[in-house]
Amino acid sequence: MTTLAHEHDAASHDNHGEHGHAEHHGPRGILNWLTTTDHKIIGLSYTVTSVIMLVLGGALAEVIRGQLANPNGHLVSFSEYNQLFTMHGSIMIYLFAGPFAFGALANIIVPIQIGAPDMAFPRLNALSYWLYLSGAITMLLGFFTSEGAANFGWVAYTPLSDAVQAPGYGTDLWIGGLILTGFSAIFTGVNICATVFYLRAPGMTLFRMPIFTWNLLVVSILILLAFPVLTAGLVMLYADRHFGTHIYSVAGGGVPVLWQHIFWFWGHPEVYILALPFFGMVTEIIPVFSKKPVFGYKGMVFATITIAALSLGVWAHHMFTTGVVLLPFFSIMSLLIAVPTGIKLFNWIGTMWRGQIWFSTAMLMAIGFVVTFLIGGLTGVYLASPPLDFFTHDTYFVVAHFHSVVMALVLGGMAGLYYWGPKITGYLLNERIGKVQFWLLFIGTQLFTIPQYWLGLDGMPRRMAIYPNNPEWQNANTWSSVGALMIGVSTLLFVINIVVSWKKHPAGDNPWDGHTLEWFTTSPPPHHNFYRLPQIRSERPTWDHNHPEAKALGHGKDHQ
Amino acid sequence: MELTSLPPKGSSVKNRLARIAAVLAVPGAGLVLSGCTVPSFYASEGVTETSKSTFHLWQGFSIAAAIIGAFTSGLILWAVLRYRRKGDAIPKQTQYHIPLEILYTIIPIIIVIGLFVATVVVENKVVADPPTTTEIHANAFQWGWGFTYTDHNAVTVGSTTEEPTMVMPVDTDVRVILTSTDVVHGFYVKEFNFSRFALPGVTNKFTFHAVKTGTFAGQCTQMCGLYHSIMYFKVKVVSQSDYSKWLASFDTPEGKAKADAAKKVLAEQMSAHVPVKPEASGGTNKQ
Amino acid sequence: MKQEAKLLLGLGAFFALLGIVYWVWSGENGGGIMIVAGGTLGFLPGSYYYWWSKRMPLRPEDDPNATRESGAGHIDAFPGTSIFPFVLGMGAFFTVLALVFGTWLLVPGIGLVVWAAIGGTAESRRGGAH
Repeated sequence: MTTLAHEHDAASHDNHGEHGHAEHHGPRGILNWLTTTDHKIIGLSYTVTSVIMLVLGGALAEVIRGQLANPNGHLVSFSEYNQLFTMHGSIMIYLFAGPFAFGALANIIVPIQIGAPDMAFPRLNALSYWLYLSGAITMLLGFFTSEGAANFGWVAYTPLSDAVQAPGYGTDLWIGGLILTGFSAIFTGVNICATVFYLRAPGMTLFRMPIFTWNLLVVSILILLAFPVLTAGLVMLYADRHFGTHIYSVAGGGVPVLWQHIFWFWGHPEVYILALPFFGMVTEIIPVFSKKPVFGYKGMVFATITIAALSLGVWAHHMFTTGVVLLPFFSIMSLLIAVPTGIKLFNWIGTMWRGQIWFSTAMLMAIGFVVTFLIGGLTGVYLASPPLDFFTHDTYFVVAHFHSVVMALVLGGMAGLYYWGPKITGYLLNERIGKVQFWLLFIGTQLFTIPQYWLGLDGMPRRMAIYPNNPEWQNANTWSSVGALMIGVSTLLFVINIVVSWKKHPAGDNPWDGHTLEWFTTSPPPHHNFYRLPQIRSERPTWDHNHPEAKALGHGKDHQ
Repeated sequence: MELTSLPPKGSSVKNRLARIAAVLAVPGAGLVLSGCTVPSFYASEGVTETSKSTFHLWQGFSIAAAIIGAFTSGLILWAVLRYRRKGDAIPKQTQYHIPLEILYTIIPIIIVIGLFVATVVVENKVVADPPTTTEIHANAFQWGWGFTYTDHNAVTVGSTTEEPTMVMPVDTDVRVILTSTDVVHGFYVKEFNFSRFALPGVTNKFTFHAVKTGTFAGQCTQMCGLYHSIMYFKVKVVSQSDYSKWLASFDTPEGKAKADAAKKVLAEQMSAHVPVKPEASGGTNKQ
Repeated sequence: MKQEAKLLLGLGAFFALLGIVYWVWSGENGGGIMIVAGGTLGFLPGSYYYWWSKRMPLRPEDDPNATRESGAGHIDAFPGTSIFPFVLGMGAFFTVLALVFGTWLLVPGIGLVVWAAIGGTAESRRGGAH
């Protein structure tokens, strides 16, 4: 067990006093990795694994786009195509976006943003990672079985996912993988919540925490609200498949649409679990590269909590076409969620307003996120109206909407990696390659999504392997595929950047003149994160420490 | 947090925003009022009464989205161009502006309420169930469609190689009763601006009032298995007299034989999977 | 701890209210139960924190005028390296694979889980790795 004394003397450069010797003599090599409980290494493991999942999911997407290049494509069979889009969606959402959002950067950054030595439960943290990794492997094993991987869409509606319609190991592996990753997420939710509630540094009140940490706190509560529901639904699906229960099957008196209620009760908070961490990243980056504080800090916190609260009451907007849901309730709740999201958008603009904006790669990616999320968010408003959803549901309009939003998150994630990468690794990434990557990613995203809005409105349904009755759709599909290719190339550039920048340019403690506490420590942070802490009197302790003259510039009031 | 700070000198940001909003509202309102010149925003008015209402709702939403999108992206563009870094001076550290923040909380709420009211008006039209004697049972199965007609012998059944046609009369309230006995399917007709799930255990009802004749494409939109991509059907809207003639063609001996054979095929397709209990739970449209 | 308590209790109250409104208006039991149950997730820890906040002195992280000295001293126990998260993870992995491929996989699965449970607890009692 480790006990830790906080150094409080600003002049002291002491290490851990009585523990100066021990922490660097742990196990070496792979055993070090298998036994680590250090949140930074765990977070880095999550980052690497989830980015590999991103590349894998992206590869599947490129095959899908290849198949859709022709109205009567023959690249893959119907059966293979169904597996392709199912696993593309499943990998991207369950195995990349979620773990990246709350397991990767959250693990690394939250403790150092609040001045904590580690997460509250380090061994539980490590367990979360191993559950994630094994869950990912479990799900992917489906590809190696004779009947193939899961093939019923990432949402697995019953009865299509029951024992009669989807026999075979692929489905059970999919279910099992999700049970493992689900528990991984739940444990991470517990950890983040406990860490934020119990391990903040002196003076770091809740309303002096960085917005990224605030968002992760709310995300952790959402995880605890939503993931158990999914896990329960999955267990019930497994029971229907193997134990002879009839929860979701009509013949036994069950209700197939119950799966949809349970799934989407998780599914909608899930998309905010995915989005809020990226919102948080961008909310850290924009102030730093505008040389101003966050505009409307309390509004941001209020907006985050409102989004989370409302997100539990909108799930059936994914079910408007079932005919069995209370349309006006879900419509007004879904429309209302646009309001706090808009507040955030205006606050980001307000932060940049009258600032001194520096267009580093991280800032470019963050601005790209804001613009792309604006598009995706606005198209989402249409979908909140049942009559409009009736003719766009299950068409490419919806596909375009969520890809706009998700690609915005990818832009935000790239922003986070460029911003915090130097803090974690100690080395800067190449800015020139980063900027090329940004333009490819941003333009590729719009080129990928915008033709799909048109396709959906022209009547192209989703999950179609071929579209022989409508050759006129080929043109737009081709443009969309060009965009997808650009996105793929930009991802390759990112990997190249990592290789090219490997251990090239040391970053120093604070290369960006960052505001929040993590920029006060070294890059990378030492074992247990801080040699010393500054006095914390606002939500920008490092800025206050480095720019005492800025207090005179108006609105420099202490935050409570 | 202390809220004792005065608004910054010359609330020019707030004034500027108010002015821009006012400037944009005028042409926006003008566009809405002069319905005939409103752009379609890539949707179409379709061929039924409710498809038209839905289309107008789409246009209204699109105008709001266009205004908000143009305004917000204009602000972003302005910010990134005008406030690029010039030198090392630290800018004014504005942290909040309560009146402005309240403004951009209240205005979106008002817009949202407006959108909701418009939605409910159109929604009530789309889900209305007026009394009518023209009733078609649409049955979705893996992988095709079957249409039977209440109180008539007529029936059409399709498969993955043959698109069935749902014949219906123009200028009449036509009720469709949609069921499935295997998995969830999606009944989607683009020209009707409409889709609805065929859910096992649930009987969905909806009404069309077509105002134009013609043949329109339909397709399954909800993932239903291997041949989901080619689960097509057609909707043929004909004059009322042609419709009566078509129905009567199934009362002749050959017509009856054809209908019986088709009904047998349909029954096989429907029972190939787990049979539906009558009055199964799941509810009906809740408004 | 007051602010944490208020956050959770506030969410709990909101969900309870929303859940009741939804349940009564829609008559749909699944969603009704789920939202109201979400409310209990807010009330349970929230009331625990609230109860404690009334009996705790002000923690340094809740005191806006806290000095760094006030947070000095023993913070908590942070377990160092341990093989048991990995072992438990692999146990869970094999247990889930048993759900898919057959009960024989429960042998390594439950075996590893039991090993982790015993080993991890013993490690904690010993004081664990640094």
